[in-house]
Amino acid sequence: MMLQKTSFILLIAAFSLDTFGQDIDQLLEESSESSTEYAIATFKSTRIINGHSIERMTNGQLDFRISHRFGEINTGAYNLWGLDQANIHFGLEYGITDWVMVGIGRGTYEKTYDGFLKFSVLRQSKGKRRMPVSISYFASSSINTLKWTGTGTLNTWDRVSYVQQLLIARKFNERFSLEINPTYVHHNMVDTELDPNDIWSIGTGFRFKLTRRFSFNAEYYYVIPPLNDFRSQATFSPLSIGVDIETGGHVFSIMLTNSLAMIEKGFVTETTGSWADGGIHLGFNISRVFALKK
Amino acid sequence: MKVKILFVVLSVIFQLTQAQKLVCKTGHIWFYSHTPMENIEAHNKQAVSILDPSTGDMQFSLLIKAFEFKIALMQVHFNENYMESDKFPKASFKGKITNPDKVNFKKDGVYEVEVFGDLTIHNITKPVTAKGTIEVKGASLTARSKFVVTPHDYDIAIPSIVEEKIAKVIEVNVDATYTAN
Repeated sequence: MMLQKTSFILLIAAFSLDTFGQDIDQLLEESSESSTEYAIATFKSTRIINGHSIERMTNGQLDFRISHRFGEINTGAYNLWGLDQANIHFGLEYGITDWVMVGIGRGTYEKTYDGFLKFSVLRQSKGKRRMPVSISYFASSSINTLKWTGTGTLNTWDRVSYVQQLLIARKFNERFSLEINPTYVHHNMVDTELDPNDIWSIGTGFRFKLTRRFSFNAEYYYVIPPLNDFRSQATFSPLSIGVDIETGGHVFSIMLTNSLAMIEKGFVTETTGSWADGGIHLGFNISRVFALKK
Repeated sequence: MKVKILFVVLSVIFQLTQAQKLVCKTGHIWFYSHTPMENIEAHNKQAVSILDPSTGDMQFSLLIKAFEFKIALMQVHFNENYMESDKFPKASFKGKITNPDKVNFKKDGVYEVEVFGDLTIHNITKPVTAKGTIEVKGASLTARSKFVVTPHDYDIAIPSIVEEKIAKVIEVNVDATYTAN
């Protein structure tokens, strides 16, 4: 009993000492512990380079994107190291809510039309609610509209491909963010009977922020070789390196990449350039965001 | 036994000294940037403040990331490019009411005050003076103020491409209601 009383008094004394010593910084810390702080700007835009980052357009924001890849550098002086060729992808992408975005696009590569849906599953946070990673889910479909030069007639659906991705990212600190993207690509129709319709890949990418408005990015998709690999065309795993430059209203990215296509279906499964042979493309992406709702 | 009495006395003294301070945990601090091109405003409703009526000592502290903008991208730019909130997460003010004798903390009313002190934003500290009011209403006390801050003074670089859209002088508003701790 005696002991209890003493410890009770000690407790009160200790508590009063504690609150007496409370200063403004402690007060802020206490009050911020009761709220959740979400990681922001894990990546600067909705793409790391070619592939998607976990970032989304938030409610009412429209992103107009122009992406451009020149030809392969190893085509030499005759093609001005690829600069004579132009491959473009236009995209209009919109945030329906703070966690769902949709986009449509059109690319020169195979005269492809594409559409995608991306939504946030988890957000990295600290404070009251703690979550070590951000996770988004991405699904897209695309259709090749090149004139059919083969024999017979084709069903439109035969030229459609689908992509599904889980995007898992963590912003480790102010400078460094890393993402891992398990990816599944399905082609309704492939070149030969032996070509696989389903391709799996593991994508990784990171952002390293160098200054307030300048960051270095790299991205690599390891394409898992199919079990019975009789692909009619040799393809390579896409590797891209680049920089993001932010100029206030828009994000400008410049990159070197061995893929020509700018959508998942193309760059994951149909990259024919090889870094070793100089099959590299210089390219850029421009993203301009408009706020349609205020 | 003596030790126990000492503890009791000590804790009572601490509680008393404590009681003199007023605390605010949900202070509302917001700012406007007005230009012909664009109007921007952001609100932070989680600012904390301590006010000592006996001396007029006044302190504020807030987290930069707790400022909310209507456009999410602006909030990202504000944190990433301008305030560098990962590096400098807080903004704070430490100062004094220069004329605390003008305020009767026991009587309801609105009293005009002037506050002088050091404002720290983006890790740069500058002396500021602001006019404001203190409203005493029963047990609660509300401090309000409006003053201006120049981003340039705090080494906040604004690139020329967005110069037209961000005001040279930002209007800051404070509304903090205190209760005895």
